[in-house]
Amino acid sequence: MKQGKQSWFFQRGVYINETATVTGPKEYEGPLASTFDYAYSKLHCDGDTWEQAEQNLLRKATTICLDKAGLREDALDLMISGDLLNQNVTSNYVARDISTSFLGVFGACSTSMETLAMASALINSQDSHYVLAAASSHYATAERQFRYPTEYGGQKPDTATSTVTGSGVALLSSQPSHIQVEAATIGQVIDYGTNDPLDMGSAMAPAAANTIVQHFQDFNRQPSDYDLILTGDLSSVGTPIVKKLTYQSGYDIEGIHNDSGLMVYHHDQQIFAGGSGCAASAIVTYGHVIQQLKQGTLRQVLIVATGALLNPIMMQQKETIPCIAHAVVLKRGDA
Amino acid sequence: MITKENYKDAIKPYQPKPKYVRNAIKAFVIGGLICVIGQGLTVLYMHWFDFTAKEAGNPTITTLILIAAILTGFGVYDKLGQFAGAGSAVPVTGFANSITSAALEHRSEGIVLGVATNMFKLAGSVIVFGTVAAYIVGIIRYTVQTVLGS
Repeated sequence: MKQGKQSWFFQRGVYINETATVTGPKEYEGPLASTFDYAYSKLHCDGDTWEQAEQNLLRKATTICLDKAGLREDALDLMISGDLLNQNVTSNYVARDISTSFLGVFGACSTSMETLAMASALINSQDSHYVLAAASSHYATAERQFRYPTEYGGQKPDTATSTVTGSGVALLSSQPSHIQVEAATIGQVIDYGTNDPLDMGSAMAPAAANTIVQHFQDFNRQPSDYDLILTGDLSSVGTPIVKKLTYQSGYDIEGIHNDSGLMVYHHDQQIFAGGSGCAASAIVTYGHVIQQLKQGTLRQVLIVATGALLNPIMMQQKETIPCIAHAVVLKRGDA
Repeated sequence: MITKENYKDAIKPYQPKPKYVRNAIKAFVIGGLICVIGQGLTVLYMHWFDFTAKEAGNPTITTLILIAAILTGFGVYDKLGQFAGAGSAVPVTGFANSITSAALEHRSEGIVLGVATNMFKLAGSVIVFGTVAAYIVGIIRYTVQTVLGS
């Protein structure tokens, strides 16, 4: 059901029945290690190429999620998945082994919540019973596509982020569980004219602020209605900017805001300004946040996945970076 | 007040400033060390193989390139590069790293279309501008010599 200008309210009841998170070795050395279902010990994730490595992350997360839910693959109605690579290759190549309808989406690092929001809408509208929402990213595949070869010795500035290696998958249905997807706010593409691909926190902060403010307006809510407002990968640069921007619009999120990219790693893990990529918000949400919701430590959270819709060719053509953010409300279900 | 119009300036306080002095010192020290190693190699080649200083130049450069390529393969050179910046990028070792890293990165696409095609992806511009600059300097030198010499 449409709510306000850009939001959907899932009045029929949409639930996350199960989630799975799979990561690489560096993420497993971070503070959230215990919330991940599986971690590969090598960055190659048992693949011969980096692309295969990322596919293995997504494949593993999908398998674990379905196993945990005790659901057979053919009982699925739909899989919605996306990643950072050209033509969504990770999702497409994993989906060719899964015998269910498939929608590939691209929203850069906002993909995690884009897939979750779409899946929820399709369940709320009763067009699907069981939907898998997934996202993945891999440090090396992202480096080679968006930046330089992994072993290239160029110096990165402190504003740069480090792509999270991982995949997060959620299984949704209308069957009540501990985690309810209550609502979603679909973002607009926002471009404040930044053009530094090594400072995506600054680029994405306005998009995040725009979606957060729109969400509060659409639902007539306040930041205090949430225990946590979690952005995707704004990094230590974008985090103070998004707080400032929302404060300017009359919403003070200081104190309840956190950023997934800042939660995945310890400070001494050499990740510059923080973690980024689709997996940043996916593994933190589907691991840590879901766990906290189940335990009751958190009761209602707003997840705002942020995406820099970056393309290296457009950057070379002196274009700026358009950004987007999608927000999803997760709350403790009554079940 | 941060607005779309003043955004780039208004967010400057939130962006960590590049540490120019510290970076310059690190680049100077590491870049200098690489050159010292190069000089040491030249002396060794002159001492062991009876090369003249000019003849020792080529084996010295080749050895430095080899070392840089091996360090790239072992995943060391990118860490050195992050620390030293221009100090490890400007010497010939940086050039070797740009070629080796691109070659390594694309071996998954095969020898011809992967390694060979992409090897000079980063170094290509250096070669182009190096060659163009050499021509321009050569022409200037020839012109000046001809004018002054006559």
